[in-house]
Amino acid sequence: MTPRRKRLFSVVAILAGVGLAAVVALKAFDNNLLYFYDPSQVAAGMAPAGKTFRIGGMVTKGSVARTPGSLEVRFVITDFAKSVTVVYDQILPDLFREGQGIIAHGRMRDGVFVADDVLAKHDEKYMPPEVAKSLKHAIPPEGST
Amino acid sequence: MIPELGTLSLIIALLLSAAQSFFGLAGAHRNRLSWMQVVTPAVAGVWVFVALSFGILTYSFITNDFSVGYVAGNSNSALPLVYRIAAVWGAHEGSLLLWILILSTWALLVAGLSSSLPVAFRARVLGVLGLIGLGFMSFTLLTSSPFTRLLPAAADGADLNPILQDPALAIHPPMLYMGYVGTSVAFSFAVAAMLAGRIDAGWARWTRPWTVAAWMCLTCGIALGSWWAYYELGWGGWWFWDAVENASFMPWLASTALIHSLAVTEKRGLFRSWTLLLAIFAFSLSLLGTFLVRSGILVSVHSFASDPARGLYILALLMFFIVGSLTLYAFRAPSLKGGGGFELVSRESFLLLNNALLVAAALLILVGTLWPLAMDAFNLGKISVGPPYFNMVFLVPALPLVMLLGIGMHAGWKRASLQTFRRKLLAIAGVAGVLALATALIGFGSFGVPLTVLGFAAGCFVMGSALIEPVQQWRRGQGLPRAALGMAIAHFGVGMFVIGVTGVASYKIEKDVGLAAGDSATVAGYTFKFLGTQPVSGPNYEAIEGRVAVSRGATPVTELATQKRTYRVQQNPMTHAGIDVAWNRDLFVALGDELGADKWSLRLQYKPLVRYIWLGALVAAIGGLVAILDRRYRVRRTTAVPAAAPGSASTVA
Repeated sequence: MTPRRKRLFSVVAILAGVGLAAVVALKAFDNNLLYFYDPSQVAAGMAPAGKTFRIGGMVTKGSVARTPGSLEVRFVITDFAKSVTVVYDQILPDLFREGQGIIAHGRMRDGVFVADDVLAKHDEKYMPPEVAKSLKHAIPPEGST
Repeated sequence: MIPELGTLSLIIALLLSAAQSFFGLAGAHRNRLSWMQVVTPAVAGVWVFVALSFGILTYSFITNDFSVGYVAGNSNSALPLVYRIAAVWGAHEGSLLLWILILSTWALLVAGLSSSLPVAFRARVLGVLGLIGLGFMSFTLLTSSPFTRLLPAAADGADLNPILQDPALAIHPPMLYMGYVGTSVAFSFAVAAMLAGRIDAGWARWTRPWTVAAWMCLTCGIALGSWWAYYELGWGGWWFWDAVENASFMPWLASTALIHSLAVTEKRGLFRSWTLLLAIFAFSLSLLGTFLVRSGILVSVHSFASDPARGLYILALLMFFIVGSLTLYAFRAPSLKGGGGFELVSRESFLLLNNALLVAAALLILVGTLWPLAMDAFNLGKISVGPPYFNMVFLVPALPLVMLLGIGMHAGWKRASLQTFRRKLLAIAGVAGVLALATALIGFGSFGVPLTVLGFAAGCFVMGSALIEPVQQWRRGQGLPRAALGMAIAHFGVGMFVIGVTGVASYKIEKDVGLAAGDSATVAGYTFKFLGTQPVSGPNYEAIEGRVAVSRGATPVTELATQKRTYRVQQNPMTHAGIDVAWNRDLFVALGDELGADKWSLRLQYKPLVRYIWLGALVAAIGGLVAILDRRYRVRRTTAVPAAAPGSASTVA
């Protein structure tokens, strides 16, 4: 190969590689962007139907319920304006408890959020920033549940 | 009184750092020998006073001095001694002090082991390191002093976060920091070379062992963190693409690329400006990692309480070093001419591809990590990028990388003919293919996921290919140079890692079950029989312990204990998993919640080949260690003048 053709060849190869990489990356990126919605947004129907997203809020006190002996657990999360019921059939994280901010990952089905992952932070004072921000929209009434 | 001495010695270290950077940089610039001679004692002095300061903080922890706010916040009188020591770096302030201690240790090592470097060059390197130290010491003193008093003193401490009370985590941060901070050495060499206008093969040879040393620590640190997350965070995953994990992984990718590109710069005098850029890139990513973790900008188990002043300060430091070094680069790079050409098939081409793929992966991971922060900053919605994105952008470059690695290892410089190795490589590829099929079909009984067989084959191929040269030399009764042996070992480790990842990703089984005492569940042919729970108590926690008997058919395999611990002070529950390790798989049991009706939830997992992930990383790190010990890095400068590569010893100034 002449130096000229060699250079041309490498330029074409690099462009093809970069182009291919960009297409793959953009596609992967687009498919895996997870949006965050708070219960009010979900109640207003802003969350995409049938698509995975993240939801966050405080676990309402006294709302955690499970059929004795079953893994499935139901609880309500709230931003102190609207609430959403979450159902989850795996083991809850160590720091999950009532009155704490959590983030769940999953999708809406029949008005209930079916979670495939529930996250609670390893610090009891902790509040996920998304949850903290969403709570500011609605000031919690004193002694709220 | 003693904690105040800690602050005082940190202030002295700061002043000495200022002296170190001034006399180093200005002395080299003005070519004043007497100024440059001050640098080494200054480096030693910085180390002594930083170590003293660190020692004082450790002493405060050991003696339970709860009048120090940081000690009160992160320790407790009931905490075992070893964790009281590990608690020194258990949170923000102390871990910064550790950062500084490690930085000054690297500087001390550079000062002690670089007597063969030209005086001015050495002064510049140490000067730049001093500047970095200055930045971080002032940061610590101004925003995050670990010695701040608590008035009135606390009666007892708030305890160390329970998840940090673990042996692997006690050494994970120091290891990781050695790696992070170690990239500052390569960076300082690069900046010093640009200041001097001398970027040649000698520069690359000096930089290489330091870069490999940093890379080695980073590899061990990341592997330790992954291992810890696997058993301690409780749920058996080994990598989560958590933003903080990415923050450590990106500098790793960049330093891996740097090691390979330095090889080309040293041997052939090529890629010089690219190598410089990579050195800047690796250090910038380390600083970015520090910024992401320490500014509290991320949602992660790693980030401590957020404080905007800290974030801004680190951001300013980050900007200073990145913009400064890139500006210098912009002035210097145009004067760097390529040395010689190389053919399309040559070791240079393979290493070029290696660099392109590694940097592409690092950049794509960077985009995925920063994008949610950018979106949030501009109020465009709160998003997160899911793990599948990262799996994809890492896997797509990694797969060709691994396959090319098996071939590229044997390519000669400048123009390669793989003729001599072709038959061996084909044979190894054949054997690897058969082994991969056999592992999948006979070992695990299925083809697994789409890439399973390919993954196994690639891993076996790399391992086999890495063995060619050591075996050949051994048969001839000759030793391999340590650098070549180190390369072979490191690449063998990469192969092990690939096999481990493939095994876990393809055949792992995770099952959450609800069991009453006496019930059993079957996972991957193993029967897990729940024997019930009982209360137990540890030095600083109470726990409920569940016992599980594991058997395979009629043969008992093991009995595992898993605990749900509640630490007395922080009252946070924490799961402690029970794990049975064998050469080919882990069995993993974690106790969940009481479900009512006498049942408990349990997570049962079968993790085939998972150990090879960390073992592979360890072997790769050992390879790095062997390579550093190569003779040529210890040869005196007089005999090591870059005569090996013609045309590479150009001076740029």
